Amino acid sequence: MVVGGSFDTFPKLLLRNAAQFGSRPAFRHKDLGIWQTWTWTQVAEIVRAYAAGLQRLGLQPGDTIAIVGSNRPKLYWTVMAAQTLRAIPVPVYSDAVADELAYVLAHAGVKFVAAQDQEQVDKVLSVSQRVPHLHTIVYDEPRGLHDYDHSRLTAIHDVIEDGRAALAANAALGGQIDELIRHGEGSDISVILYTSGTTGASKGVMLSARGCIDAATDTVRFDRLTDNDVALAYLPLAWVGDHYLNYVQGLVAGFCMACPESGETIEQDLREIGPTFYFAPPRVFEAMLTRVMIRMEDAAAIKRRMFNYFLGIAQRHGESILTGKPTPLSGRLLYALGRLMVYEPLKNVLGLSCVRVAYTAGEAIGPDLFAFYRSIGLNLKQLYGQTEAFLYVTCQPDGDIYSDTVGPAAPNVDIRIAESGEVQFRSPGMFVGYFKDQAKTAEAMTSDGYVKTGDAGFFDEKTGHLKIIDRAKDVGRLADGTMFAPKYLENKLKFFPNIKEAVAFGDSREFVCAIINIDPVAVANWAERNNIAFGSYQELAGHPLVYDMVAKDVVEVNRALAEGKVLAGTQIRRFLILHKELDADDGELTRTQKVRRGFIAERYAPLVTALYDGSHEADISTEVTFEDGRKGVIAARIKIRDLQTTGAREPLGRAA
Amino acid sequence: MRMPDKSEFLLQVEGVSLTFGGVTALRDVSFDIRKGEIRAIIGPNGAGKTSMLNVINGFYHPNRGAITFKGRTRARMQSFEASRGGIARTFQNVALFKGMSALDNIMAGRTLKMRRGLLWQMLRYGPALAEEIEHRNRVEEIIDFLEIEAIRKVPVARLPYGLQKRVELGRALAMEPDLLLLDEPMAGMNLEEKEDMSRFIIDVSNHYGTTIALIEHDMAVVMDLAHRVVVLDHGVKIADGTPDEVKQNQGVIDAYLGVAH
Repeated sequence: MVVGGSFDTFPKLLLRNAAQFGSRPAFRHKDLGIWQTWTWTQVAEIVRAYAAGLQRLGLQPGDTIAIVGSNRPKLYWTVMAAQTLRAIPVPVYSDAVADELAYVLAHAGVKFVAAQDQEQVDKVLSVSQRVPHLHTIVYDEPRGLHDYDHSRLTAIHDVIEDGRAALAANAALGGQIDELIRHGEGSDISVILYTSGTTGASKGVMLSARGCIDAATDTVRFDRLTDNDVALAYLPLAWVGDHYLNYVQGLVAGFCMACPESGETIEQDLREIGPTFYFAPPRVFEAMLTRVMIRMEDAAAIKRRMFNYFLGIAQRHGESILTGKPTPLSGRLLYALGRLMVYEPLKNVLGLSCVRVAYTAGEAIGPDLFAFYRSIGLNLKQLYGQTEAFLYVTCQPDGDIYSDTVGPAAPNVDIRIAESGEVQFRSPGMFVGYFKDQAKTAEAMTSDGYVKTGDAGFFDEKTGHLKIIDRAKDVGRLADGTMFAPKYLENKLKFFPNIKEAVAFGDSREFVCAIINIDPVAVANWAERNNIAFGSYQELAGHPLVYDMVAKDVVEVNRALAEGKVLAGTQIRRFLILHKELDADDGELTRTQKVRRGFIAERYAPLVTALYDGSHEADISTEVTFEDGRKGVIAARIKIRDLQTTGAREPLGRAA
Repeated sequence: MRMPDKSEFLLQVEGVSLTFGGVTALRDVSFDIRKGEIRAIIGPNGAGKTSMLNVINGFYHPNRGAITFKGRTRARMQSFEASRGGIARTFQNVALFKGMSALDNIMAGRTLKMRRGLLWQMLRYGPALAEEIEHRNRVEEIIDFLEIEAIRKVPVARLPYGLQKRVELGRALAMEPDLLLLDEPMAGMNLEEKEDMSRFIIDVSNHYGTTIALIEHDMAVVMDLAHRVVVLDHGVKIADGTPDEVKQNQGVIDAYLGVAH
């Protein structure tokens, strides 16, 4: 097996891959309906030419270059070319609105921007006044940019061609680039990843080349990844997950990164590529399952019965067969039949047929959801990590999997639980510091060199695996002193297919209330099957029957809470269904789709007040941002529902 | 203002009148379309806008008047002449092959460009195959251009209306037309779809240099898109000029807002 070894920078790894896996595919990208492939040799040549071109445009060691766009080979090559020149790539979320973009570009002091297309170029140009060092913008797709002022704008294709011509004409230039690669050190900052900003302004996490490669070397070994593996690179470029799982692991293991044709074609591309390594956040797995279930509801009765029967078999025997535990022969035979009839065809439809290792992380995954995928033979595992760790803090080893833990410490990672309950770690990939922010860096570290995760958790006694409950600072107490973990409640609610998002309130209050977002796909389908007419999301969300259905789910959660001692007092007394979907464009979610509880409490203050003052209706009007950035106002009157709590100590509906 | 030279016009309509029995749809209408411009035809309901398009592409034959297209003057245009001559159009009510995929619908737009006969194409062999690959390549470029990769293989009947309109535009573009006639390309669309479609129309004009004549009800869209506007009312041309000129025109204001008689 080949791993990072003595290679301490990415340009060196790229050359190693070109020498070792020269003719193996490094990148694929679907263009004009056909998958185009680049081998490691070709990529090494292109990156060299690209680096030469960028150098001629003035990119110097230590300069920063922002990368704005979706997963495109040319943008990944920009990262490689920048690293070749010992410049620092700074990937930026492509769906960032202008203000967020301006902040990151200015904070990182970027001199160059590599943008995917006209949309991103426009966005960068619109904020260029606020980015004082901006020198040149390079772009991937020329469409629509023909008439732009090209004094500061160049196509990446032209930069590469220019570099190639210059290298051919001038041998000394090639020598200069070789020299830069040779002089590259493991301690060089190889990338700055801006955090999504769950808490305040985003911070630039600096990672060193050596750290990145060491961390990835461990996990590549852990999951036995090789140059025969394939990953579909569809996660946001600026997210640590994409940079780690696809870019860094790809270079370390020498596997192929396939870039989807466009954001909307990922499902089809997944089927066509058939990746062997797959990562998706829980919500993607959930959406996948919802889609399958909806389609099965419409299937012929005989198919539906076969499907349900074999899912039952899978539920009974799937997990033990996957982990290699003893299973009765009859179970094995039935499972084999199920595999033929249901599981394999289903995985094929989902594009998961070839997946050997699949991970999920970012949010808690529903136990049923997790068990479902494992039962049909998908080796789905959980990991826990963060940008500051360069992803992995813990991960579940094959065969040692529990849905409610995130696994033991990843290789070479030390974890401890502070007295406050906070999880702290030390890892090979841990960050060097926040860019231009000494104070924040010091805040995030302990005096003995551990990183504070800000998450509260504990090691499960039975398994020795880590369990994460909530963000440490979000764990609060009710007025009577009962511990209140909002995220824990929200996750329990979100495990129901009808509920997309939930926000729980209760800190310093007498009881717990929740604001709920219904899942438009699942609920609309349900409405259709039950002949419930509705004209808009708002109308659907306010429908009394939808309220009834959601109330059932909430009661279910309360029942589960009542069983455990610690959280029995945090049952949900009252809830309402919000008239609009929570949206990152309105600041209600982070770019990684996590709810911003504090912001929501402020924005919907009248609703929160109504939840606690006993009223049964509340009016709200909020400003919303449309996709094109314009703003509008939507107003609604929202109903509030009281609930019977299990084992409640007080009479219900005090205000009713 | 300088008189434009004849060769600048792609199409000239002179004194066209069209009647259906006792109903006069168009009465002595004359206007021209310059190469490369976006020309809008507007007017209240029943003004004769669609009739005018139908006359241009040879679906209706005018009772009087002449049409000069690419320097050739005809009293009446035949449909096949129009399409071979490079006029493509989309329809007010989407007219796609509902059961076929978006890709096949757009491929259908290449029919006139196919050189091999039916037999060769059925065999899908040798030169016919090479030809199909070439056409498919052009179609894929259009799919990329209109950003409809995700629905390539989806039967159009299952697509939302806005996307069907886009597929129809794709099919018209597949003909590589010199003159593209768009009959209410944005009717029934929501704001976002309208903006997408406007962008595609501008892109078509910039990227392919195609001359475009469009009918549209949404005045804001017309004012943004069109270089010049013809206004029809009850089959008569009441104004012709730049969007700004037309907006000031009292006749137009009366026609749209009504006038006390």
